[in-house]
Amino acid sequence: MNESENMTREVAAPVRDNAEVEAALNRRYEAGFVTDIESTSLPPGLSEDVVRQLSAIKQEPEWMTEWRLAAYRHWLTMQEPDWAKLEIAPIDYQSVSYYSAPKAGLKSLDEVDPKLLETYEKLGVPLHERAKLAGVAVDAVFDSVSVGTTFRKELAEAGVIFCSMSEAIREHGDLVRQYLGSVVPTGDNYFAALNSAVFSDGSFVFIPKGVRCPMELSTYFRINAMNTGQFERTLIVVEDDAYVSYLEGCTAPMRDENQLHAAVVELVALERAQIKYSTVQNWYPGDENGVGGIYNFVTKRGDCRGADSKISWTQVETGSAITWKYPSCVLRGDRSVGEFYSVALTHHRQQADTGTKMIHIGKGTKSKIVAKGISAGRGQNSYRGLVKIEKGADGARNYTQCDSLLIGKKCGAHTFPYMEVKNPTAIVEHEATTSKISDDQLFYCLSRGIGEEDAVSMIVDGFCKQVFRELPMEFAVEAKKLLEVSLEGAVG
Amino acid sequence: MHMLKIHNLHARVEGKEILKGLSLEVNPGEVHAIMGPNGAGKSTLANVLSGREGYEVTEGSVLFNGRDLLALEPEERAAEGVFLAFQYPVEIPGVNNTYFLRAALNAQRKYRGEEELDSMRFLKLVREKLKIMQISDELLHRAVNEGFSGGEKKRNEIFQMAVLEPKLAILDETDSGLDIDALKQVAEGVNALRSPDRSFVVVTHYQRLLDYIEPDFVHVLAGGRIVESGDKSLALKLEEQGYAWLADTHPELAKAELAGDRA
Repeated sequence: MNESENMTREVAAPVRDNAEVEAALNRRYEAGFVTDIESTSLPPGLSEDVVRQLSAIKQEPEWMTEWRLAAYRHWLTMQEPDWAKLEIAPIDYQSVSYYSAPKAGLKSLDEVDPKLLETYEKLGVPLHERAKLAGVAVDAVFDSVSVGTTFRKELAEAGVIFCSMSEAIREHGDLVRQYLGSVVPTGDNYFAALNSAVFSDGSFVFIPKGVRCPMELSTYFRINAMNTGQFERTLIVVEDDAYVSYLEGCTAPMRDENQLHAAVVELVALERAQIKYSTVQNWYPGDENGVGGIYNFVTKRGDCRGADSKISWTQVETGSAITWKYPSCVLRGDRSVGEFYSVALTHHRQQADTGTKMIHIGKGTKSKIVAKGISAGRGQNSYRGLVKIEKGADGARNYTQCDSLLIGKKCGAHTFPYMEVKNPTAIVEHEATTSKISDDQLFYCLSRGIGEEDAVSMIVDGFCKQVFRELPMEFAVEAKKLLEVSLEGAVG
Repeated sequence: MHMLKIHNLHARVEGKEILKGLSLEVNPGEVHAIMGPNGAGKSTLANVLSGREGYEVTEGSVLFNGRDLLALEPEERAAEGVFLAFQYPVEIPGVNNTYFLRAALNAQRKYRGEEELDSMRFLKLVREKLKIMQISDELLHRAVNEGFSGGEKKRNEIFQMAVLEPKLAILDETDSGLDIDALKQVAEGVNALRSPDRSFVVVTHYQRLLDYIEPDFVHVLAGGRIVESGDKSLALKLEEQGYAWLADTHPELAKAELAGDRA
């Protein structure tokens, strides 16, 4: 749009009620409350002692403590990555508390502090058995610990293990030891090393041979305590011919300080196994001036270890002040398939540098990438992706599609696709588009009687259709609502 | 009472005055054709009536069924019964045509305090209208105007009009870019929607559309005002003689303003 058009627009723009827009903005982060609950925290700071203390609190076996210490020592030798298109204020790792847990120890959901249950009710995640989500088993992680997993009995009958990582280390030590760090090594990157040293909890999933997990598994992450980082670790192992669909959701209170979240997720798919991993990330994004919000540095990687296995990542990223995240697939098994479907939204001062890596190693491997970036306000949104075809990956195929949608004139969208092809039989395709919600589209909707906010969310929803289709039903509805709320006040 | 009463309307686009005292009255059931040379303000009139941003009214009034139309937001005007068939309907990727239309109809019904239609009742309504319009239901399953041919887009506009049942339909150069078969189809759709309580303002550059949609009145818009009004014989005269003759009766019109293509 040129300058003069722009000026007339402002002259003749219908006067919308400012108070209404103001209210919409204030309403937009609904998960921003703080739960007043007694908690035990480690004092801020990080050292070998802190790592040992953390491991001791969690009553971990010796090997785990050593594993953490090795990661910590490695971390000390590393530098924070600075290649992403992100402006990050320096992080003082000594001012963060690496462990916070609700005070009362608990053995079953009945012993959970009612305030905690209330927290999850408010977030729309009923933990109590009386109000279980229909057909979805939930593990809830509050600050550093898991506060309860539902449907345990039903899952156990199917042979599925779904529990907190702490419990898995104690109860299923051999399994954890076999797979932990086998996809994301402790020294993989700065944040993965930090996570390996201080991860406090997370979820563990094991689906044995031939089992189709009878329900969706879901983990709900919540940061509550002040000055606390959340470092969760999730490990999902799916054996031959087994299947699981796993969902995660995340929220945090509104606080003026930035809070650190550095998670690691590892997926292992054996022969013909399938893993569908969906994320709706709604960490507190900070206010419209960029004060506060979560720093979200996440390493997610899936290993298609077996032939004909499949790993599919679907993510809807609407929260966090900063998102640094590249869910990836290592396509080791012949004919294995990797998929990445992503919607990343940045509004106000949010920044996202996100994408995926598809590493084709096996023959006949296939990958598909559909990334949708939405930028509003002063939001900055980057897609960064790597498609790597190794020498032996005969007949490998990749299709990549990156679409950016801009709302307003102060936001930005950037695309950084990298390709490394070492096998001449591979076919790699890349398509990219950038568009704006045009005044024409908006006016078309208005002229049919559809209000402005509804029109914007309809257009955005249409833009994201390809990704939302991949989400389980309830999540698709939630994702759509989340986008609507996140974009309130973006136009008009 | 007039359905639409435009009095001495002045409007600016990008600071330039385009409409300079336009007046027009439309009664229920009437079809008015607005013709004129390029740049006369035909599309500006359509956009001002439907409330598009960037069109600034500096003087005059527009009453629609006695209400001040200019005080309403575009979506309110739609709900009050004003429909604009676009010259260039836009594509909205990923938004299903049926879903869009239902959202529109229900938004309008809500505004009017009517009950919203559930999917079953809406589909029933849509099927009835498809029959009247002789449109295949394949259009329903596609995204709004996405990948539609020129003819399909215009037919989709008329189909939306059929479902939304406006009181006043403004057709902005609906005939542009259509071949004769597509033109006939669109015109048949419009004729099927003519009724004693629905009015049409048909903005067109060419008289050929009026062979199929027969107007009650024809107006010439030049220099931002209606300068001649008559019945459909006026349209024929314009086709034969162009606009230049208007300078004889309207010496205030600059030559440039009448220099558009021959009608």
